[in-house]
Amino acid sequence: MRQEATALPLRVDGLRFAAGGVEILRGLDFALVAGAPTVIMGPNGAGKSVLLRLLHGLLEPTGGTLHWSLPRDEARRRQAMVFQRPVMLRRSVLANALYPLRLAGAPRAEQAARDALERVGLAALADRPARKLSGGEQQRLALARAWALRPEILFLDEPTAALDPAATRQVEEIIGAIAASGTKIVMTTHHLGQARRIAGEAMLLLDGRLNAQAPAASFFDAPPTPEAAAFLRGDLLW
Amino acid sequence: MMLAAGLIATGDQALLQIVGLSLRVSLTAVAAAAAVGLPLGALLAVTRFPGRQGIVVALNALMGLPPVVAGLLIYLLLSRSGPLGAMGLLFTPGAMIIAQAVLIAPIIAALTRQTLEMLWEEYAEQLRSFGAGVGRAVPTLLWDGRFALLTVLLAGFGRASAEVGAVMIVGGNIEGFTRVMTTAIALETSKGDLPLALALGVILMAIVLAVNALAQAVRDLADWRGA
Ligand SMILES: Nc1ncnc2c1ncn2[C@@H]1O[C@H](COP(=O)(O)OP(=O)(O)O)[C@@H](O)[C@H]1O
Ligand SMILES: [Mg+2]
Repeated sequence: MRQEATALPLRVDGLRFAAGGVEILRGLDFALVAGAPTVIMGPNGAGKSVLLRLLHGLLEPTGGTLHWSLPRDEARRRQAMVFQRPVMLRRSVLANALYPLRLAGAPRAEQAARDALERVGLAALADRPARKLSGGEQQRLALARAWALRPEILFLDEPTAALDPAATRQVEEIIGAIAASGTKIVMTTHHLGQARRIAGEAMLLLDGRLNAQAPAASFFDAPPTPEAAAFLRGDLLW
Repeated sequence: MMLAAGLIATGDQALLQIVGLSLRVSLTAVAAAAAVGLPLGALLAVTRFPGRQGIVVALNALMGLPPVVAGLLIYLLLSRSGPLGAMGLLFTPGAMIIAQAVLIAPIIAALTRQTLEMLWEEYAEQLRSFGAGVGRAVPTLLWDGRFALLTVLLAGFGRASAEVGAVMIVGGNIEGFTRVMTTAIALETSKGDLPLALALGVILMAIVLAVNALAQAVRDLADWRGA
């Protein structure tokens, strides 16, 4: 059987981003491969959100290159992103889940949307206005909306930053299920416990530079850099 | 006042005819202005190009276009010696529709841009992430902003149905043909036929109040729907 072409691995070469004369990312070199979730950590303002937007193609690098394993547009179609504050279209829950599927011309879109809502436990709310959902429900809808597309890669920017512990737990479960379904998760968080629970691989971004990248087990048990060790202890850096 | 009430209560023919024409002219003008103003406003909300700021400023200025000036411009266009004179539209309801549409199209376009620009600020990144270009963003914003845009259209209707200068100039206030509520009120008052003027004034007020109540109801519905 012929292996389906994939966008991953992605090789990132000397990635830079500057805005308004300020260097936000100062030359990042790393690779992203298929498999367990990659969690990007770092203090506030380190450049995590900017990095995700660059990888997803919402921002143009001011230096360096992204080498996808597929042509850029093709790679782009295989990605989805969920933002820190979910953007809810002024439509029903179901219509929100349907929107990107219709846009992508997906076959059997309605069934795919309903299935995705079912998987995140929102099937019963399908006809409700999306903006009337609670914060946790909105984030679950944003995840369902992305998951319905069956993306190869899903970028998540601090997906639980605004949620209470119960909603956070639900969202983490969904993220685990999405990863288990074969989607590569690339997410940022500044919540250490969450990083430990989810990460297969961990990256530490400090002041616009990639300080460390390692498999989760070694990153957390034997931090590869002094800064990573300090970060894990909760010293300085925040 | 009693006489005015009597005219309304008995459904006076001349009165009904005037009210009917007023509604037909203003509603058609709103539809025509919306067909241009909604997409134009939406396009301005989602695009950035050189000259855009100039268009936005011009639209905002045109919102304050005095009705008599709009009427004069359309008069010059439609008069026998004007560029569109051959169409024979001057002093017909068609001319009045054009004049009101010209008057409120900038209002609808400018308010649509303002409304949808705020929505676009919220949506832009997510829609780009979905892979939606301008061609998909415009209908998406028009649909998702539908409640706010309905109140924009109602504002346009209010302005159209209440103005007198433009329809007077291009319609001519011809009895039974181009006489609408505002022009009839102006004429009857000057003639001293206060009962008819008052009856029309009451109906016009009722329409304006109804439009405002409708606008409020739309806003309440939008709130309730979380839009
Ligand atoms: N589009 C932008 N233009 C200019 N500066 C930006 C932009 N986005 C983020 N920044 C700045 O870049 C730095 C990193 O931001 P961000 O990536 O949001 O940090 P993090 O997500 O790690 O907290 C911050 O100082 C922020 O103010
Ligand atoms: Mg961030």
